[in-house]
Amino acid sequence: MTSCMTHSAPEPVFAEPWHAQLFAVTVALNESGRFAWPDWAGRFSETLKRNGLKKDLDGGDDYFHAWLETLEGLLAEKGEATPEDVLRLQSAWEDAYLATPHGHPVRLAET
Amino acid sequence: MPHDNHDHPHALLPPEPALRVKALETILTRKGLIDPAALDEIIDTYQNKIGPQNGARVVAKAWADPEFRQALLEDATPVVADLGYYGRQGEHMVVVENTPEQHNMVVCTLCSCYPWPLLGIPPGWYKSDSYRARAVREPRKVLAEFGVTLPKDTSVRVWDSTAEIRYLVLPMRPDGTDGLSEDELAALVSRDSMIGTGLPKVPS
Repeated sequence: MTSCMTHSAPEPVFAEPWHAQLFAVTVALNESGRFAWPDWAGRFSETLKRNGLKKDLDGGDDYFHAWLETLEGLLAEKGEATPEDVLRLQSAWEDAYLATPHGHPVRLAET
Repeated sequence: MPHDNHDHPHALLPPEPALRVKALETILTRKGLIDPAALDEIIDTYQNKIGPQNGARVVAKAWADPEFRQALLEDATPVVADLGYYGRQGEHMVVVENTPEQHNMVVCTLCSCYPWPLLGIPPGWYKSDSYRARAVREPRKVLAEFGVTLPKDTSVRVWDSTAEIRYLVLPMRPDGTDGLSEDELAALVSRDSMIGTGLPKVPS
């Protein structure tokens, strides 16, 4: 099994579950025709440039924060998810986590 | 009270951005714009089915089959589509071949465009500001940091990916690989060798 020794430990494809979810939401919206990929790449590039002025982006969490910011901006602009709705649902999810006993599935109360 | 014991009275609260993503998912699902099952399928595909093994198969086939190699270099998109690898964003695939005269290296200065169908999701360093800026400015220095030292008379060409065009490097076939099967060849092809920041493994 010497070949195993030459490989470094594999990096996970997505470091955090939310990176994967965010990626999937974006790809799904593109595939159903909500926006074209070049449009996405152009907007994302702008966000990276803007955020990169403050510090050197590390390609990990920084990168997905920029991704999330871009998607939120795009969906707000198209009226598909307004910032108010996002905030409301975000705090509803937070409440749901805090109200759910540890080990139980977390479900959103009707909002 | 520090929150580091295992007696959480409630479910562990995910970090703030994770809650924002959940909020988006809920809104879009309720509007019928996304389907949670489709999201699971996308994650499963990129986590388990698509990765550098796809690109390695293409490279090994190109090493073994001159006609395939020729077709790949002329227009890679339909050739790799025949193997079942096609871009979900409708992008074009371009394969650039390393030679003793020219070494190729891929970057995306725009954001992180990458040949997903052939290599999967890019590694963190490919997405970092440091690599994106320096690959163009000082490619030899970056290569050296990856442990790649090229002969002085080999030039380095850097290809800048876009949303429409994604590049894959076809590395040079290592010496001492005559008679290896395509599977054995594919095992020598590392992810980095197809980005151009590495070289294929040499058979032991």
